[in-house]
Amino acid sequence: MSNLIIAPIILPAVLAGLLVILRPSIGLQRVISGAGALALCVIAVMLAAQADTPRAYFLGNWPAPFGIALMSDRLSSLMLMLTAALGLLVLIHVASTGWDRSGKHFHTLFLFQLMGLNGAFLTADAFNLFVFFEVLLIASYGLMVHGGGRDRLRAGVQYVAFNLLGSSLFLIALATIYAVTGTLNMADLAVKLPELPAGDSALLRVAAVLVMMVFAIKAAMVPLQFWLPATYANAPAPVAALFAVMTKVGAYALIRFGTLVFPTDLAATGTLIQDLLQPAAIITMVIGAIGVLGSRELPRLVAFSALGSMGLLLIAVSAFTPQATAAALYYLIHSTLAMAALFLLSDLVPNRRDGLTAALFMAAAVAMAGMPPLSGFVGKLLIMDALRASAPLIWTLILLSSLLTMLGLARIGSGLFWKAEAPRPSDSIAPFAPVATALCLSALLALTLGAGPILTWLEATAQNLHAPAAYIAALSLGAGG
Amino acid sequence: MELLVAIAIGTLTSSGVYLMLRQRSFPVILGLSLLSYAVNLFIFAAGRLAPDLPPIISKTALGYTDPLPQALVLTAIVISFGMTAVLVIMAIGAYLTSGADDVALTQAPTDEGQA
Repeated sequence: MSNLIIAPIILPAVLAGLLVILRPSIGLQRVISGAGALALCVIAVMLAAQADTPRAYFLGNWPAPFGIALMSDRLSSLMLMLTAALGLLVLIHVASTGWDRSGKHFHTLFLFQLMGLNGAFLTADAFNLFVFFEVLLIASYGLMVHGGGRDRLRAGVQYVAFNLLGSSLFLIALATIYAVTGTLNMADLAVKLPELPAGDSALLRVAAVLVMMVFAIKAAMVPLQFWLPATYANAPAPVAALFAVMTKVGAYALIRFGTLVFPTDLAATGTLIQDLLQPAAIITMVIGAIGVLGSRELPRLVAFSALGSMGLLLIAVSAFTPQATAAALYYLIHSTLAMAALFLLSDLVPNRRDGLTAALFMAAAVAMAGMPPLSGFVGKLLIMDALRASAPLIWTLILLSSLLTMLGLARIGSGLFWKAEAPRPSDSIAPFAPVATALCLSALLALTLGAGPILTWLEATAQNLHAPAAYIAALSLGAGG
Repeated sequence: MELLVAIAIGTLTSSGVYLMLRQRSFPVILGLSLLSYAVNLFIFAAGRLAPDLPPIISKTALGYTDPLPQALVLTAIVISFGMTAVLVIMAIGAYLTSGADDVALTQAPTDEGQA
């Protein structure tokens, strides 16, 4: 049954290969990738159901520190579920608007993107994490410029250049870690780092900061956020909705490395990472909020609100306590879905400004700003509760940023739906186009209503993360070493 | 030997960073390539420099060099090669559609991108 762990990587790869070789009609392509995303949802739920104890999959049956291992624990399976669900929503959107006709290989690239994301969430090896980052990036380059256009290509060049630089930094960090410890398996690192001779700890600190910097690039944290607004604002809206989970890969990697490899009780690094991350996260949130207030177009505004919500998420991540991690995970689910809903809406709004889209925009804006009825409020409350210790400064800034985000969203919403003349009704309006956005928002509603049981599960996840003995034991490093 | 490799890596990195800070996309691509060469050398050096020793098992070997960094370097070379190819294609595409190869996004985004 542990073969199931590799299925989220193999399945999209095989389906994408089929699409390249067979070149079926667009209808069949939709069926194949839709079935793939649905199957990924089912697999992710099955993995989550048995994730109470972390389970390992050894590629080629090589024992742990030598071969490459995949690990499925609660955090991995949570991220897999989120990715698969988001993938399904984006597919429904592109199929119902017919947007996937605007280029030949949308579904292939889409499946490769899912494969890279799933691999990054499952791998237990730091170098393999780099490889899957590259898989998901190279697919995202294709998706980013999908449909073409001058601005899109130019923003794409920036995006690729920035990420290539990030990859180089990642490799330098990995090589340094390998030179110091002689291993790149994440659990093995967790075992070996506390025993490191004191003379190597300076080198290790350099590597730790470099690694965290790479993840901060992925998570778009200040001062490494410059790629995000231009990329998200110029990417096609459905792709930007899928990219909502890409920044979360950075957050995932920060949580994984911050709890497993460089925990705060590790003598060599101590609270170094936490001390660097927290101010950067706070500034990210504030810049995001100011950007929301200053944006004139909807895609740009959504991009900045994505930045702001990443900031809030990273504030919770950088506390590295079980309570804050649980709050961060809840907010992570919320922020992914809310961002996706807003990006999908920004695809609908140019063609359609009726009561329905206005209501959807209202709901999505409420979710994004963290106003009471929806899960954004619950998430924000949880994060603030977890950060009670440093309340005066952080609470003020969180609340102030929420206010700015709300103002920005209200301003652009009233401009879009009340002032501007309605777009000319064209033949291309698809009747089912708002379905995916509505589904996104109902997922948020479910997240709000089910907050109790979901939070219990996430608290157990956070406990597992902060006590990684079971994760290390699953690779049987003690016995095999 | 160590000094030579260290100087080579340092020179490649600094030239790469300098070129990457240029305004036009071609020097930026060259800079990224130089940086990736520096990274490859660095990974190789992470396994310690051991001249004249084989990385794979042989009966006549007196000792071995660490084979893992060599495998990592191969992976890194392939990936950076592929990524550079993608970047070149996109830069050419951006140049052909906009007529300028500035990296900066100077103009405000227009509706042309929504085609």
